[in-house]
Amino acid sequence: MSEDLTDTWITSSAAMLGLPIETAWMPAIRANVEVTFRLAKLVDEFPLPDESEPAPVFEA
Amino acid sequence: MPVLSFAKGHEIAALVARGEVTAREVVEDALSAIRKRDQTLNAFTGVTAERALKRADALDADRAAGKPVGPLAGVPFAVKNLFDVQGIPTRAGSKINRDLPPAQQDSPLIEKMEAAGAILVGALNMGEYAYDFTGENVHDGPSLNPHDVTRMSGGSSGGSGAAVAGGLVPIALGSDTNGSIRVPSSFCGIFGLKPTYGRLSRARSFPFVDSLDHLGPFARCTRDLAISYDAMQGYDPADAASVNRPLEPAEPQLGRGIDGLRIAVAGGYFRKGALPEARQAIEHAAKALYVSREIEIPEAQRARAAAYVITTTEGATLHLDRLRMRAHDFDPATRDRLIAGAMIPSSLVVKAQKFRRWYREQVLALFKDVDVILAPATPCAAPAIGQQTFVLDGVEMPVRPNIGIYTQPVSFIGLPVVAVPVPLKPLPVGVQVIAAPWREDIALRVAQYLEDTGAVVAPQPPLS
Repeated sequence: MSEDLTDTWITSSAAMLGLPIETAWMPAIRANVEVTFRLAKLVDEFPLPDESEPAPVFEA
Repeated sequence: MPVLSFAKGHEIAALVARGEVTAREVVEDALSAIRKRDQTLNAFTGVTAERALKRADALDADRAAGKPVGPLAGVPFAVKNLFDVQGIPTRAGSKINRDLPPAQQDSPLIEKMEAAGAILVGALNMGEYAYDFTGENVHDGPSLNPHDVTRMSGGSSGGSGAAVAGGLVPIALGSDTNGSIRVPSSFCGIFGLKPTYGRLSRARSFPFVDSLDHLGPFARCTRDLAISYDAMQGYDPADAASVNRPLEPAEPQLGRGIDGLRIAVAGGYFRKGALPEARQAIEHAAKALYVSREIEIPEAQRARAAAYVITTTEGATLHLDRLRMRAHDFDPATRDRLIAGAMIPSSLVVKAQKFRRWYREQVLALFKDVDVILAPATPCAAPAIGQQTFVLDGVEMPVRPNIGIYTQPVSFIGLPVVAVPVPLKPLPVGVQVIAAPWREDIALRVAQYLEDTGAVVAPQPPLS
């Protein structure tokens, strides 16, 4: 995502979620959003069968 | 009176049981050590002196009356301040939680430790809401590494690591969501046990990520870990993740050695990125165990990524109202990560949970052919307090989120791990001894063997 797109995502999400964010916080929030999307992409691009079940509560 | 500072918990319990020292003398000695050395280490956020002395007197009276006093008789211990301690608000490293009413009842793990004779002496510093690998805390100040007070204690159970390594208490309890027991154990040069997910009750402790949170002990020897772990076992319906299994005491198994155990070193992902001291620690442990076999944990990097996604989003969900109402009262580093976590689409989070099940099946299959896997606990020895970046595999990376690169793929599927300290100079560094689910006994046996051969030891720091 470009910086502009990321910032739009952040401000829109914050408004939808009712999260007050300040301009000074934006660089750190942006950095964290970018890292999380990058890591989520790594998981997202891994092929899983349609039948795979989530493990929301994990039992070892 | 014998010298108690840096004595092991089971040694203290034996002295108390034999009447060679009273529980009151032990507790007074621990309180004195805390007064003296915690001014430097900043491990404690609260000392429960009055309660501890009262409990010590009761234990001494029981012993005088010939009543059994338990395997941890008179052993002082302390808990990360996310455990409920009756009469104290459970702050979980935060400013916000200090406004909570005092806890009505102790955490069940405190109750079980005390039922075994241990004596709670206080609550310990931690990273805010456990979202931390450094041991730094903007509200309470950082807990410092006893081996070099310019270095991180590790987080988020930094106070637990500093208190045990610094000889303030022989045993502490902490939590581990992504590495928060194993990282401070590594940086502070002590032993830590992260049991199987669902083994020890998390009731009456402040959560972080429900599907990843574990509680467990720290100590300066394997036997103290095993005795504490055995004392704390047991199903608890008050914890939704608690699994109803019979008690499986590990301490009686410690002397069985490693004969018959199939042990391998984690390769691939776990060989990349480690600084020389972490590589040296693994080689040292492997040599002591006569291990040359290497095994690859498939897709460990993706597992770490999925753990990261689940952590930040579940953590954000937990704190959403606090982020709306009291954003200025958070540590900015915690706040900005949690706000970001709230903005990740659920489709990606569900994918991470689906991947988690797939990964679990792959790793459980490995355990048909191996009993123990060794991996670094951290990619490096303790960084300097405030250090922002380090270079892993030639790439400059931020320190804070990347300290846990080797712990996250393991706790992601709830495997039991003992972190053991390799006493390298100038700073110790830890190795993870990883076993199959519910086989804490095997991981502890290997840790005991390493300790018996002198390969691992909790070094005493240069503190007066």
